[in-house]
Amino acid sequence: MSEKPPPFTVSSFYKFVSEKKLMAAKCDKCGTILLPPKPMCTKCLSTNLEWIELEGVGKLLSYTIIYVAPVQFQSLAPYIVGIVELKSGLRLPGMIRGVEQEEIRVGMDLKIDFDTSVSSQWPAWPRYFFRPL
Amino acid sequence: MVGKPLVSIVSAGLSKFGRLDGMYCREIFAEAVKEAFEKCPNLDPVKDIEALFVGHMGEAYEHQGHTGPTLADWAGMLPKPAVRIESACASSGIALRTGILAILSGLHKIVIVGGVEKMTHRTTAEVTEFLAMASDLPFEQWHGITFPGLYALMATAHMHEYGTTEEQMAQVAVKNHHNGTLNPKAHMQKEITVEKAMASKVVAWPLKLYDCSLITDGASCLILTHPDLAKKFTDSPVHIIGSGQASDTIGLYEREKLTTLRAARLAGQEAYKMAGLEPKDLDVAEIHDCFTIAEIIAYEDLGLCSSGKGGSLVEEGTTELGGNIPINPSGGLKSKGHPVGATGTAQAYEIYLQLTEQAEERQVKGAEIGLSHNVGGSGATAGVHIYRRE
Repeated sequence: MSEKPPPFTVSSFYKFVSEKKLMAAKCDKCGTILLPPKPMCTKCLSTNLEWIELEGVGKLLSYTIIYVAPVQFQSLAPYIVGIVELKSGLRLPGMIRGVEQEEIRVGMDLKIDFDTSVSSQWPAWPRYFFRPL
Repeated sequence: MVGKPLVSIVSAGLSKFGRLDGMYCREIFAEAVKEAFEKCPNLDPVKDIEALFVGHMGEAYEHQGHTGPTLADWAGMLPKPAVRIESACASSGIALRTGILAILSGLHKIVIVGGVEKMTHRTTAEVTEFLAMASDLPFEQWHGITFPGLYALMATAHMHEYGTTEEQMAQVAVKNHHNGTLNPKAHMQKEITVEKAMASKVVAWPLKLYDCSLITDGASCLILTHPDLAKKFTDSPVHIIGSGQASDTIGLYEREKLTTLRAARLAGQEAYKMAGLEPKDLDVAEIHDCFTIAEIIAYEDLGLCSSGKGGSLVEEGTTELGGNIPINPSGGLKSKGHPVGATGTAQAYEIYLQLTEQAEERQVKGAEIGLSHNVGGSGATAGVHIYRRE
């Protein structure tokens, strides 16, 4: 008998990020993959879920360069954020590092990377980000 | 067949929009209510008004929550039931719908719906942070994505998929700024040019300063009655004949498409169906131009043109005053201003003026049917209402 899986919460997602893993919930009943994980399948409402690891490789679906940033990100501005469509078809937004502003384009190949340092401030999650493949 | 009235608007009020130093939500809201009462001498507010539903987005701005009863108190409406409705930038559009539900339920016959926000006493960085609270914390806010950033992601996708240009977005700003110069209560009274808009500083590429709505203080309200009572208070009520509301994922990234707001499409379809009307029947509309790209996407979501043609619609002048379907004659969020909680009923206020021939220099001649389109966040909430004159 295997151990009970971690709860299907955002906090569990970020605990996996601290282990450098991109994890999602998969519905055992209808096969829907939930990213972010949710405690109930939003397609068929089943609660029979399992964790699966996703391949963190995909293409840039859209992007923006943030110049006017909120207080806690002001020191980083201007910075690039985008929405990445992973190979599985699921999408994840995040910061894109290691690309010059002039080189950023829709459709470029990106892969996930992890910054596992955590601040002491709530919610004290680590961060993932994307970089060129 | 045109739908029958759900409720009637018998009066409306709007505070000055702009930087209202030294005033806070309670005083600003009281200013809007005062106008609505003064314009409706047959109404005895204390005796006739039964409840208040007020849109207000953020406690953070004033460190003040529990705004329902606070606003009711300053408007002289205690001890009537008062509820604050929060649906981000759609707060008062949804307060309007809540007021309609209250009347349709039979529990109330006359209510005030409205909204208020006080924003300008905060720094731009603080406002950016407070507005971002209406986006997804773990996957958007946590990664530094701002509100302009979310609409910029939609803009980049729209440009990539349909060839929409930054110039077309600037044309939305030019149009709405022009309309704002005709509205004495608008925050900005300034004509701009496409060149000036294009040269303004970048907020979240491709969106520049003139693509963004304004940080504004203001309040708005409507007095709604059961349709059978409207004539007791005014000879020229405006009837609400369609109301639609829908929800979507809080995260933009979870949506099937980045170039349309599903909730707005669904809310629009529900409102059109209830009203028994089609997009071609509209004479005027106030739509949620929190960013210029949002107005272009709204044209498409509301069926004013097909998907991808929103940029051309503004380019061809179809949506300017004097065009086929004038959009945002008030100046919109872009120029009239966007005190977020007040916006939904401020849109309804403009439609009320238009359908009662009170919109002065910006009057759309002979307007009989109007629409308002109010969006919360990046589209997780949308409320659409359709109005007709008596």
